[in-house]
Amino acid sequence: MTSAQAEVKARPKREASRHVVARVDEIAEGKSKLVNVEGRAIAIFNVKGEYLAIANRCPHEGADLCRGSVVPLIESDTPGVVRLSRHGELVRCPWHGWEFDLRTGKSWCDPSRTRVKSYDVKVERGAALVEGPYQTEVYKISVEDEYLVLEL
Amino acid sequence: MAKFDTTGAIDCDVHPPSPRRADLLPYLDDYWKEIVTTREVDVLEMNSFPERTLPYMRPDWKVNGGDPLEAMQKNLLDPLKLDLAILNVVSGAHALFDPYLSAAICRATNDWLIDKWLNRDSRLRASMLVPFQNVEAAVEEIERLADDKRFVQILTLSATELPLGRRIYWPIYEAAEKHGLQLGIHAGSNYRNAPSHSGFHSFLIEDHLAHTQGFATQIASLISEGVFTKYPQLKAVAIESGVTWVPPLMWRMSKDWRGARIEVPWVKDAPADIIRRHVRMTTQPFDLPDDPAEVPKALDHLLSDEMLLFSSDYPHWNFEGLDVLPEGIPDATLAKLLRDNILAAYPRLGG
Repeated sequence: MTSAQAEVKARPKREASRHVVARVDEIAEGKSKLVNVEGRAIAIFNVKGEYLAIANRCPHEGADLCRGSVVPLIESDTPGVVRLSRHGELVRCPWHGWEFDLRTGKSWCDPSRTRVKSYDVKVERGAALVEGPYQTEVYKISVEDEYLVLEL
Repeated sequence: MAKFDTTGAIDCDVHPPSPRRADLLPYLDDYWKEIVTTREVDVLEMNSFPERTLPYMRPDWKVNGGDPLEAMQKNLLDPLKLDLAILNVVSGAHALFDPYLSAAICRATNDWLIDKWLNRDSRLRASMLVPFQNVEAAVEEIERLADDKRFVQILTLSATELPLGRRIYWPIYEAAEKHGLQLGIHAGSNYRNAPSHSGFHSFLIEDHLAHTQGFATQIASLISEGVFTKYPQLKAVAIESGVTWVPPLMWRMSKDWRGARIEVPWVKDAPADIIRRHVRMTTQPFDLPDDPAEVPKALDHLLSDEMLLFSSDYPHWNFEGLDVLPEGIPDATLAKLLRDNILAAYPRLGG
């Protein structure tokens, strides 16, 4: 290992910051919300009650992925015979139709090179948030509600 | 002295003269003898490539009434020291409307190939003619001749009645794949459709160019309809197609696939990868940059050294003397395209 590599390896990991980005009832099932966190545009999708977040900008031409249709995975091994799975777990870019996996941010057609960052989102009760190390510039936390917390 | 050592090479595109009525009569039954005589079916050359058109032919290779096989031996097989050569008869058999006559002509042409060519020189192999106009008869013809391993592929054209991927043709591909026969697609049109996407041209040079789109259309159809998904052993060999049109097709189709794949989800890989696995091109004529130093760059775009198959396109006038390949092809590529790529593409050549 060269010293330069050792240096890179030793670089301390940036401390994760956690951001309250939405109230859960703001994103209906199958819909999305665009949020801005530390200057990053992030699209959060409600997939059957599960919240998945990816960088909003399509790496192809820059379209807003939050405006894309939420779609199933379409596959086939035999011409004319198709099967659908993973309903609502992919978003199709509104401009050119490229599909991205909401769980990983990887594009379906070129997963290793064409991908967007994906982020962890957790649902937290307001009561838990009031005391925690959360950044909540936008939200007035109410102890009774549930909030989406995005880790950056 | 040739610039390239072609000793032991396999030539993937060699043309015997198209058989005329007198050649085929011994291989036709009484009914078809009557029909071809009464209906004056004689010269079976394609309108898209009339082989008697003088500028296409090397003047020093003219047969002049002699034995065309002896001429081929003297002009090509012996001096280039070829191991094998694949005969392609591009004839009116591809264009006849009568589905039964076309089947009879294909059958007779194949029997003529066996009798007058394959049986007389052990270096010869051939493409089988099958009537795409009559799918059932095409399958029967494949089955009739399947045991003769000297037929290494079936032959069709770059511009046909329907795009080649259509399901109507699948029984032909099923039979071909079963017997290890590949699909040869030779430049040519049966003029069921206008040769360009904007209708008929005025000039020959336009017609030649249109075959590039013709080949691209056929390859895109075979991929999109799922022929290579359904028949994974099948390869399409583009014959006399040129080469440099292929990378732009790969780039464009792979890009469009990303947004349009949900309509054809059986296209599971990027079309460029499918093309690299399933499509081959013969080397003559070769549309390359003028400067030989630029040739490797043009070929690099294929991202594969397995796609080119050596051909002379004998007796067409693509080159002088024995300079059967253009300059500038890297040695490593040359080493593969003369033989190894061909043995890999045609399973029946090995067995």
